[in-house]
Amino acid sequence: MDSKVIYSRLNKVFRDVFDDDSITVNPRTTADDIEDWDSLEHITLISAVEREFKMKFKMGEISGMKNVGEMASIIAQRAKK
Amino acid sequence: MKELQYPFDSEYIIKKKKSIKRTLLADGSSRLKKKIAVFGGSTTNAIVDHLELFLLDQGIEPEFYQSEYAQYWQDAMFPSEELLEFKPDIVWIHTTNRNISAYPTTSDSREDVDRMLEREYEKYTGMWQKISETYHCPIIQNNFEMPFYRLMGNKDCSDYKGRSNYVTRLNDKFYEYSQNNEGFYINDINFISASYGLKAWSDPSYWNMYKYAMCFEAIPEFAFNLSNIIKSVFGKNKKALALDLDNTLWGGVVGDDGVDGIQIGQETGVSQSYYEFQSYVKSLKSLGVILTVCSKNDHENAIAGLEHPEGALKPDDFIIIKANWENKDRNIIETAAELNIMSDAIVFADDNPAEREIVRQQVGGCAVPDMDGVENYITTLDRNGYFEVTNFSADDLKRNEMYKANAQRAAQQAYFGDYNEYLRSLEMTAIIDDFIPVYLQRITQLTNKSNQFNVTTKRYTATEMEEVFESGDYIRLYGKLIDKFGDNGVVSVVIGHKNGDVLDMDLWIMSCRVLKRDMEFAMLDRLIERCREQGIKTVKGYYYPTAKNKMVKDLYGRFGFDKISEDEEGNSVWQLDVDSYENKCHVIDVKGNESVS
Repeated sequence: MDSKVIYSRLNKVFRDVFDDDSITVNPRTTADDIEDWDSLEHITLISAVEREFKMKFKMGEISGMKNVGEMASIIAQRAKK
Repeated sequence: MKELQYPFDSEYIIKKKKSIKRTLLADGSSRLKKKIAVFGGSTTNAIVDHLELFLLDQGIEPEFYQSEYAQYWQDAMFPSEELLEFKPDIVWIHTTNRNISAYPTTSDSREDVDRMLEREYEKYTGMWQKISETYHCPIIQNNFEMPFYRLMGNKDCSDYKGRSNYVTRLNDKFYEYSQNNEGFYINDINFISASYGLKAWSDPSYWNMYKYAMCFEAIPEFAFNLSNIIKSVFGKNKKALALDLDNTLWGGVVGDDGVDGIQIGQETGVSQSYYEFQSYVKSLKSLGVILTVCSKNDHENAIAGLEHPEGALKPDDFIIIKANWENKDRNIIETAAELNIMSDAIVFADDNPAEREIVRQQVGGCAVPDMDGVENYITTLDRNGYFEVTNFSADDLKRNEMYKANAQRAAQQAYFGDYNEYLRSLEMTAIIDDFIPVYLQRITQLTNKSNQFNVTTKRYTATEMEEVFESGDYIRLYGKLIDKFGDNGVVSVVIGHKNGDVLDMDLWIMSCRVLKRDMEFAMLDRLIERCREQGIKTVKGYYYPTAKNKMVKDLYGRFGFDKISEDEEGNSVWQLDVDSYENKCHVIDVKGNESVS
């Protein structure tokens, strides 16, 4: 999947989950950049991303992702549509 | 909010929970404020977030206390200062089979397992008793979901050494406790997990990664189920079910197809589905749900359809039948007015999306579930928990009779020229006296349910009401009204607190089902009698306007009080001289607590 498409869809998910239309994610975005992105909301985010891309993260991946770039590259490999 | 009614899209709710909350809080509706203490045996944060959404949607604004991770037992047994200060209105214990301390092993004897079971159970009863003593508030306790694997296979459910068997026995003990203890409710996660799908529900990655006892996507369903208990405890259940007829209670259109052409009964799969739905609706009636019809039909066709010999429901099962060609929103509003209930206490069931939409838009607060496909009707109504049973008071059981009697009274009224003559013909007897324990629950319930005939809209928790009950500083009255058509139950509550020789009225409420029966005057007569006995010279009344209590704006004026002040918001203060008061009610025979059987 085209990485531009992935980022634009990811952006929409982030805006929905954190209820903030000013968010724009890039490969280097981390939890430190988004105010409400804490460990409790991380699971909401993962659930919403999985739904958006019709795919599942593996257990190890969820805690291992360091930034949005790593998330996007897993999505690129695995997303169904 | 439509997005929060069953069947809902859980993943959508999860993703949009922040904006849903924002929308709910901005809708300008007034909500009951309640404090909920959550004693968790696993992570509760996201559950609480979703619970909040559903409660807001059901008219309750919750404030939460959450245990630190898995500290449920410590919080219950050794409450912190913070918790004591919090004073919960309800405590919910979120334990799951992940919290069971020990399971039988293959080497255990039957006696070992029995002892183990007893020890586990005592841990819980200890908590429940301690919570009861400390907070005097209702408790919601999860039962246990089935384990997601079966060591012994099928035998796991029947052998005393099986985990499934052990969990079932523990659940049974919880149910027994619940049957013997008021204000103790089971949150049936065993059902919800089975309904969701135990395999998906128990996906262990959510436990191992986040310490959630169920999968994340199941949280909205879990929270919704729990919210139904809470809103029911705090009197936010729906009261009436208004049903469409054609393609809702039977297949086909009775006006076009004729009575013989509609599908209901045992002939075909479709007619059996409608029959099953009619039977379900009939059972709702036996729980005290008021049934009405709201159908675009000629009246006689509607009655003919309901008299279909194969149907489970009969015309007599409905308190009001609105079968006409008016818009349905208008019929629903009129139904509410005739039943003396708020339109937000009505559930409107109709297969036609256009009719649903107009009612949804025009009738504020009316619940309008998506009734799509007769095979889904029962689940749609059932899962929404509109009529969730918590306190099954005798009043609930009799509600249909009461409303039916009300309809008869209205019919009889037409025969009398003089209203007083009509009132006397009702042969009314009231019991009006100081509170007694057997009615305390109903009294508290009334203070939380009454919106219209309520001058101060002061709400009381069970604990606060107990304090009022035990204090010598108050004059308290409850009123129960009986007439020749039936017993209306406790319908009015009055509380005033003494201030030297002045009595300040904290509360004056009455159920709208006894409007225009002079019951309020009977209450006033008794109040003044008590004032004289206790040396009160002046009674001061207060009216605080809300969106719903306009009908009592001039209540104290009608009582003969003088208005002594009113501010620009409409808050008014009234005053009555006790000595010069003369009794006002002459149509009700008033008795005291000695008559309570």
